[in-house]
Amino acid sequence: MVRFILKRLLQVIPVFIGTTLLVYYMVFALPGDPIAALFGDRQPPQAVIDTLRSQYHLDQPFWVQYGLFLQNLFTFNLGNDFTGQPIAGSLARVFPVTAMLAVEALAIQAIFGVAFGVFAGLRRGGWFDSTVLVVSLVVIAVPTFVLGFVFQLVFGVQLGWAKPTVGANADWGSLLLPAVVLGLVSFAYVLRLTRASVSENMNADYVRTATAKGLSRPRVVIAHILRNSLIPVVTYLGANLGGLMGGAIVTEGIFNVPGVGNKLYQAVLRSEGPTIVSIVSVLVLVFVVANLLVDLLYAWLDPRIRYDQ
Amino acid sequence: MREKEMTTPEIHIDEAGSAGVKPLLEIRDLAITFTTGSGEVHAVRNAHLTIMPGETVAIVGESGSGKSTTALAAIGLLPNNGRVSAGQILLDGEDIAHATEQRMIELRGNTIGMVPQDPMSNLNPVWKIGYQVKETLRANGRPSGPDDVAQVLSEAGLPDAHRRAKQYPHEFSGGMRQRALIAIGLSCQPRLLIADEPTSALDVTVQRQILDHLDTMTTDLGTAVLLITHDLGLAAERADKVVVMYRGQVVEAGPSLALLQNPQHPYTKRLVESAPSLASRRIQVAKEQGLEASDLLAPAAEAAAADNFLQIQDLRKVYKLRQGLGKTTDFAAVDGVSFDVKRGTTTAIVGESGSGKSTVAKMVLQLEKPTDGKILFDGVDTSLLKSSELFKFRRRVQPIFQDPYGSLDPMYNIFRTIEEPLRVHKIGDAASREKKVRELLDQVALPQSTMQRYPNELSGGQRQRIAIARALALDPEVIICDEAVSALDVLVQAQVLNLLADLQANLGLTYLFITHDLAVVRQIADHVCVMEKGKLVETGSTDDVFESPQQEYTKALLNAIPGAKLMLPPEVA
Repeated sequence: MVRFILKRLLQVIPVFIGTTLLVYYMVFALPGDPIAALFGDRQPPQAVIDTLRSQYHLDQPFWVQYGLFLQNLFTFNLGNDFTGQPIAGSLARVFPVTAMLAVEALAIQAIFGVAFGVFAGLRRGGWFDSTVLVVSLVVIAVPTFVLGFVFQLVFGVQLGWAKPTVGANADWGSLLLPAVVLGLVSFAYVLRLTRASVSENMNADYVRTATAKGLSRPRVVIAHILRNSLIPVVTYLGANLGGLMGGAIVTEGIFNVPGVGNKLYQAVLRSEGPTIVSIVSVLVLVFVVANLLVDLLYAWLDPRIRYDQ
Repeated sequence: MREKEMTTPEIHIDEAGSAGVKPLLEIRDLAITFTTGSGEVHAVRNAHLTIMPGETVAIVGESGSGKSTTALAAIGLLPNNGRVSAGQILLDGEDIAHATEQRMIELRGNTIGMVPQDPMSNLNPVWKIGYQVKETLRANGRPSGPDDVAQVLSEAGLPDAHRRAKQYPHEFSGGMRQRALIAIGLSCQPRLLIADEPTSALDVTVQRQILDHLDTMTTDLGTAVLLITHDLGLAAERADKVVVMYRGQVVEAGPSLALLQNPQHPYTKRLVESAPSLASRRIQVAKEQGLEASDLLAPAAEAAAADNFLQIQDLRKVYKLRQGLGKTTDFAAVDGVSFDVKRGTTTAIVGESGSGKSTVAKMVLQLEKPTDGKILFDGVDTSLLKSSELFKFRRRVQPIFQDPYGSLDPMYNIFRTIEEPLRVHKIGDAASREKKVRELLDQVALPQSTMQRYPNELSGGQRQRIAIARALALDPEVIICDEAVSALDVLVQAQVLNLLADLQANLGLTYLFITHDLAVVRQIADHVCVMEKGKLVETGSTDDVFESPQQEYTKALLNAIPGAKLMLPPEVA
């Protein structure tokens, strides 16, 4: 097991270099001059431009820029962004916010998705199942930005149950509404996955055997149907965590959440190579760790899977 | 307390003779109906069955005969679309055909136990064996500490039960899993045990051990057993009474021996005739009368007697087993095996699972590389074949595998399945290939309209015929059958074996037959190679090996054929 974990962590190195190199190169290859963009319509003196260019190493060839970035990264000095703010500091501000949002969304998906999916799967074809299927189809079909604006309008503005926007001081309560919106689409997938998995496992031979042993219905469901059904669901949820950390650009935009998505979006607009790559680097780490956790959880849920053989 | 009540005599062949003892289970006029997409299906009609306390009753029939459905109804485990539509199931006089779920939960485990069919799928893979025993004890209000669990497991014949209880099902062999399932079924000392094909997935020797143990346990506990099986020999050997079911109805019932010796219903007669455990007698008779395929076979076999078509010389296959931390140990799956196969004959390789017989087949098929030794095919060393020559070799040597459900691509229709090898080997044009497919379907006695169907629309026997047609498509000279009839019902098995024998007679095919079933060997093989733990322990003509086995292992295998001993008296008489 230890060997497996070490091996997986070692795999981070090539993945890390590959993704950062790719992202860095794409930012480098973007058309337009980021320094000129900083000044808008004004034409700054050439000396200022030259100073800024050399300060951000924009006058260096690609490999040198990338090398300097790596060097800075390993000395834990991410440098400053184009507004002069240290990148490390802004990452430290945005990541906790997004992490809170992602955890909240993940919890909503996991708890409600699994619970609804189990009930639907156990009574396949019943009224609950039919209702839930239609609703989940609607949720999947409607784009996130529509759901986001509707929820913001209804729950935030008209009913006043939650703050319509989050603003600078994000906390668990104010993030609840965006978390619901963010979690809804995957909630529908988790629900459908759980439902399919449960109704398949219900007909498994070992479930019949468990019933034949004289176990009560709740025990059969919890010990023999639910645990076996969770295996594919856990895989999906784990893979989804990475997506939630990086992909909440639309939701964070609608609810003005000062998180990773917002920051990344602004950095892309400004062609800020170092900021983009720094964020991506952290996201790569999050993805790798999330997938490792999924694999470990998977082995715990299904003892047939052993990684150190 | 319950055991004391159960001191009734062990055998009740005659119900009238046991006056005063009430039946434990009585099924009267039982009808079971399934609601399916295409209307109602009457799976069981007018079924009658009586089991006295402590008695063993077997229901025999082919798949789809309603035998399992009847048994499942008795423990209230019919699938959701099935229901008891008429009749009674009386347990100790109480009608449980329509009992509440709560009542059934009380009865299950405590009063009615079950040992299911397939040990591979009936234990939950994610829980330790010990836990699966423990929850049974707990649910039925019995002490369920680690010692109680270990005791239940060791009574079912699992050695080292304390350690074993901490293992998962995938760490157990098939036989061990079945012991665990027997342990679970009997853990709460039920008065009735439903054993649904409890050993059909196991090797004969393991089968014998398990059934012997089950006998001992149920006799000691005074448990009545309802044994469901498709194997008439096994039923006759193990049960006091046999009930024969056919298409949802009980067609015959009575004391085991009487029913076997003097079957009345035409279906029972067919079953008795085609039961492979009776094969030795059948083939003797056939030989005397100069009948059957074995007679047609003889000329071909003699003509080619000198021709060693396939020569296996000192074959070895070593696998490296990982021991963790980069250490490996060598495991010789096949160890120094040599034998010859003559053209136009059938050679059977027999052994239990793990004996290396399938590995030999894979190496002959060039699907695995031997570690050592040679395979000469028609005088040519197969290890020296270049890839283009190997391609031609594959055309001459074709396999038929065990599981006709797994070996046909469900997305290919039958035409495409049979035509594919022709297309791969670029034989003929579209029209001639279609003609060939039609001929092949005729050869395996399937209507040509089968071409348009898909595997899931066919029965197991039909699918195996398709697999045979596919193997024949390239006009091969050698066919390697890896457990090709093991998954089939006896009647279907007999049909497929006859088909193979006819094809051999007509086409001069050479068969290498891999099987664990000695009864099948008796029916089809000219020569037998017995393998044990990777080594060839005995080889010879089928008659010699069956009549005077030299090795203890071979004797054990022969003794383990269900009904083998049972059949001797009538033959002598």
